[in-house]
Amino acid sequence: MSSQPIIEARNLDKFFGKFHALKDVSISVRQGERVVVCGPSGSGKSTLIRCFNALESHSSGTLVVDGIEVFEGSKDVRKLRQEVGMVFQQFNLFPHLTVLENLMIGPMKVRKVSRDQAERTARTYLDRVHIPEQAEKYPAQLSGGQQQRVAIARSLCMETRIMLFDEPTSALDPEMINEVLDVMVELAETGMTMVVVTHEMGFARKVADTMVFMEEGRIVEVAPPDQFFTAPSSDRCRMFLAQILEH
Amino acid sequence: MALSETAGLHGPPIPKPPVHQQVLNSVPVAVAIYAIVVGLIVYGSFAGAQNMGYNWQWYRVPQYLYSFTDDGFQWGEISVGLVATIRLSILSFALATVLGLVVALLRLSGLVVGSAVAVAYLELIRNIPLLVLLYLFYYVLGPIFGLDRYVASILTLAVFHSALISEIFRAGINAVAVGQWEAAKSIGMSTGQAYRYIILPQSVRFMLPPMTGEMVHLIKSSAIVSVIAVAELTTIGRNIISDTYMSFEIWFTIAAVYMVVTLILSVGVSFLERKFTVDQ
Ligand SMILES: Nc1ncnc2c1ncn2[C@@H]1O[C@H](COP(=O)(O)OP(=O)(O)O)[C@@H](O)[C@H]1O
Ligand SMILES: [Mg+2]
Repeated sequence: MSSQPIIEARNLDKFFGKFHALKDVSISVRQGERVVVCGPSGSGKSTLIRCFNALESHSSGTLVVDGIEVFEGSKDVRKLRQEVGMVFQQFNLFPHLTVLENLMIGPMKVRKVSRDQAERTARTYLDRVHIPEQAEKYPAQLSGGQQQRVAIARSLCMETRIMLFDEPTSALDPEMINEVLDVMVELAETGMTMVVVTHEMGFARKVADTMVFMEEGRIVEVAPPDQFFTAPSSDRCRMFLAQILEH
Repeated sequence: MALSETAGLHGPPIPKPPVHQQVLNSVPVAVAIYAIVVGLIVYGSFAGAQNMGYNWQWYRVPQYLYSFTDDGFQWGEISVGLVATIRLSILSFALATVLGLVVALLRLSGLVVGSAVAVAYLELIRNIPLLVLLYLFYYVLGPIFGLDRYVASILTLAVFHSALISEIFRAGINAVAVGQWEAAKSIGMSTGQAYRYIILPQSVRFMLPPMTGEMVHLIKSSAIVSVIAVAELTTIGRNIISDTYMSFEIWFTIAAVYMVVTLILSVGVSFLERKFTVDQ
């Protein structure tokens, strides 16, 4: 892991109308770092990581991702998104395309890669997420866990340098959570820079370099996992951990 | 105890509809009632015509559909008119679809100017009767821009129907989940690419039924161009009648031809639609 920051957010504020969703948020993610973000529902976790690939535009502050300054109306937004993949809670696969086409459409239309090349890449990453045999099916024919793995592969096919995950296992039946987490652990082992919003603390312990706790639009705690789980400095964080670790 | 358990598992039994409704809805009874009603209407009009002393000449009608002469098989005037109507409708519908898509995209563009232009266009068209629109295109814009009656007809029908079609597009586009936009954007697609590869292909499913309705509507309203004497089904009907005075037979026939075409269209599309949903 280099010490070069690949995401650098300084004093971000985000308003939805009058609602103050992010309050003076500063965070820096180094290349190859794995950051796990947790916190109660509505604390601004999604909003923060959606700012990182410009799905939301921050209201003030500065944000530099992979050397690209992100701001509303920037011409570089598409360039940025080609470097930053996103995996959603609801998978958001393209239902009218087969699995293979889901993986090929980005490289072909956005990166202008040849069909052959795109298909080779797609099959490589389908192997990586352990479902090569599902290539010709439509998303609706797959289980939730399989769909989410296809979604991960779809992002990987863009050869992104950063991957954002927004509660990737929250919409899954319990028995499918691990197949997705396993793929994410393997991805972490390849050195991918990852920012993961999740409440799967077992996963966090295994892969996180840095834990972030958010509440009411603020980052309340940033710590390495050992310290985060054993001696969090804020009471709110301790209470939150006690609540979710009960299960 | 046992009783309440069954109720809990399967819910309360669905009450049967009342007996008279069951009888009326059974297939033979429904068909018989339908046949009687249609028969009465047909009989009533024929009897009425008889009382007027109308001279029915149905035997002269087929030659206007097709004929066998020494030269072999030939399409009749009504069939030629039908082809003209279909051609006019297809051209108008294609143009209406393009216009409708542009207007819908303008409205959804988020640009203030774009949606203002679109809304003004829609309000203008919605509030002008089709017949007046046709006169505007033919008698006003026609001389100015050198439009012949055929082009004026196509433009009129296209513009008139583009208003509803743009609403169909807008609803179809909005029916696609927001997550699809986000997924498309997050793999780096531009708005145009997202529309083309992700959003519009999914909207088709929502748009197919109302678009069929609109096509049927357009075929029917295309009859109006007979007022500026464009050669199509209705105009041909009028011409035949002025030659032969068989107004009852010819109008019945023309109405039936429109009906057959629009019914075939509706049935064909609902078949397509079923195939479409199965594929996904
Ligand atoms: N598009 C939006 N419009 C208005 N309010 C929003 C929007 N997106 C999120 N919010 C609000 O911002 C707050 C933070 O949301 P979010 O980032 O989704 O929280 P989290 O992911 O931590 O659950 C919530 O109170 C939510 O209601
Ligand atoms: Mg969230």
